[in-house]
Amino acid sequence: MDEPAVESGPLKILIADDSDSDRLILKTLLRRLGHLVLDAANGEEAVALFRSGAPDLVLLDAMMPAMDGLEAAQEIKRLAGERMVPVIFISSLSEAEDLARCLEAGGDGFLSKPYNRVMIKAKINAFNRMRLMHQALSDQRDLMHERNRQLLEEQYVARRVFDNVAHTGCLDAPNIRYHASPLSVFSGDVLFASPRPAGGMLVFTGDFTGHGLPAAIGAMPVAETFYGMASKGFDGSDILQEINQKLVRILPKDMFCCGTMLEADFTLSQLKVWNGGLPDGWLVRASGEGFSLPSRHLPLGILNADEFNADMEIIRTLPGDRLILMTDGVLECSSEEGQPFGEQGVRRAVESAASGQHPFDALMNAIQGFTGRQKFGDDLTLCCLEMVDQEGLSALPEGTAPSTLAGPTEWKCVYEIRERTLGEFSPLPLLLHICMEVPGLRRKSGEIYTLLSELYNNALEHGVLELPSEWKYTPEGFGRYYSERTARLSMVSGHYIRFSFHHEPKQWGGRLRVVCEDSGQGFDFENHPVLQATEMAQSGPRYAGRGLVLLKRLAESIRFHEQGSRVDIIYDWYF
Amino acid sequence: MPIHTRRSHDGQALIIRIEGRFDFSTHQAFRDAYEHGGTDVRNYVVDLSDATYLDSSALGMLLLLRDYAGGDNASIAIENCNNDVRKILTISNFEQLFTIR
Repeated sequence: MDEPAVESGPLKILIADDSDSDRLILKTLLRRLGHLVLDAANGEEAVALFRSGAPDLVLLDAMMPAMDGLEAAQEIKRLAGERMVPVIFISSLSEAEDLARCLEAGGDGFLSKPYNRVMIKAKINAFNRMRLMHQALSDQRDLMHERNRQLLEEQYVARRVFDNVAHTGCLDAPNIRYHASPLSVFSGDVLFASPRPAGGMLVFTGDFTGHGLPAAIGAMPVAETFYGMASKGFDGSDILQEINQKLVRILPKDMFCCGTMLEADFTLSQLKVWNGGLPDGWLVRASGEGFSLPSRHLPLGILNADEFNADMEIIRTLPGDRLILMTDGVLECSSEEGQPFGEQGVRRAVESAASGQHPFDALMNAIQGFTGRQKFGDDLTLCCLEMVDQEGLSALPEGTAPSTLAGPTEWKCVYEIRERTLGEFSPLPLLLHICMEVPGLRRKSGEIYTLLSELYNNALEHGVLELPSEWKYTPEGFGRYYSERTARLSMVSGHYIRFSFHHEPKQWGGRLRVVCEDSGQGFDFENHPVLQATEMAQSGPRYAGRGLVLLKRLAESIRFHEQGSRVDIIYDWYF
Repeated sequence: MPIHTRRSHDGQALIIRIEGRFDFSTHQAFRDAYEHGGTDVRNYVVDLSDATYLDSSALGMLLLLRDYAGGDNASIAIENCNNDVRKILTISNFEQLFTIR
């Protein structure tokens, strides 16, 4: 071979010419250039060879018998479809109109007879470059399609995993109404709700900076932390601390999560709220009055643990009061003229809600009316929690799946917290955790948590801190109670609360004995109305009536010693 | 370019002025502005007098600047915000991290 192969190796070239001599010359020439040649004597043969041989490039004589070059070119281009196969006409034609017809038929260029080796080589190389470029572009396009398909599929699978972790918890409870983004996308918004072991609920709404996978990845540990801690009895404040710390550690500096935590206690009729960076929440009283609850904190994931403030605002409520939470998608949704709904829109909707109309409906209707759409953007989350009687919610499902492992059934332990720790740490989740290790007892976590928290809160607030419980039952006293509680917690030197547990298995289940002692003054249990009367009385000097009633109802027996600073409870449970 | 930088008269502060929308599209330019602002900068001023809008990714960029400028020791002022911009900064309680005036 006297010529090196062309730039990208030999090409398979189809030639069609009805002149035997011309065809032979061309064929020889191309072979010398290093190419493979398929040759046809007319258009029909050319099309057939194109089908069977799949050449890279076609050289066609314009005028041939049995289908001329123009027809053949059209057919070949049709067969090639998306594949770029340059078709070059070889012709002695020189009229502009004839040449134009060749191009219209699908031709890409011309070569004139008689053949010139240098011109042919250059032309073939040029068209081959074009072919390769086209090939590269379509490969890239196909690759992008494929990658995009993979990405969507991965997002879909990730979303499934995410939904399992960030399941909706108790969002379907009768006292919750919500609108959240559709399941097919990660919008950066999250909405979780969980019942608390002793009754009550926690709701968290969050909005991560950014969309897509980064937001979802940040949301995963938030969901895990929220549901894990909520089912173990941690309160909203503890969970916020933990979420913040986790996010500070894992998120890049420019990512954070705006959020609102809501802790509802239906027995005490109180709400605790923490808002960091989300739009104002709204408390809509049963009477129709509305109060805004503005963001008072930096979003989660910015401040280090020692600067982070997880204190929640405490609000006294009545049954029928409702709290609305939203992400900024609500404020940002726009009318057809491009005006945002804004805080004004929210305020107007909440305040002008017709009497009897649910504020959630009022707000949703207002947004639909304003935007003129029935469906909204992906990152619009709206949630409304209603304060109700605890009894109405007794059918809520348990938060987490039970472990199948065997655990201890016969054990004792003593746990005492002292001094400053009294003000800084709640031992309840830990104590509940210890009890929940007993196989079968997990089903009773709500009752156990109630027992423990009543014992602990009474020991702390009335025993150690000597706060009179009747304060809590007047609006003025309510604020005083909690400010006094905070103040006195810093003066607990010399104090302690001690829990002693003893669990033993029984044929029918088990018996848990809990003794709770504190360093306080005790109370006059002998004359306490709840303990004296068979009727459930209202309140007493140390134990709020309700707490004591609960203890009496849940426990097999309850005894007081040491002027009431030591309570001894026996709790029987059955398989 | 919607971002301009200059030094204050005493040369101690780097003033970064943002025009139009302060959002993800200005990410690289904003970053270049403070990273190429010189090593002797003591304070930063983000001048938002011509900024019409600010979104959460802009808040993220401000946090990046704060981190670059020394975290808790950073001295950064955000100036001349319009009402909408100020509202967003207030909701996020960024006055705890930046001097807003």
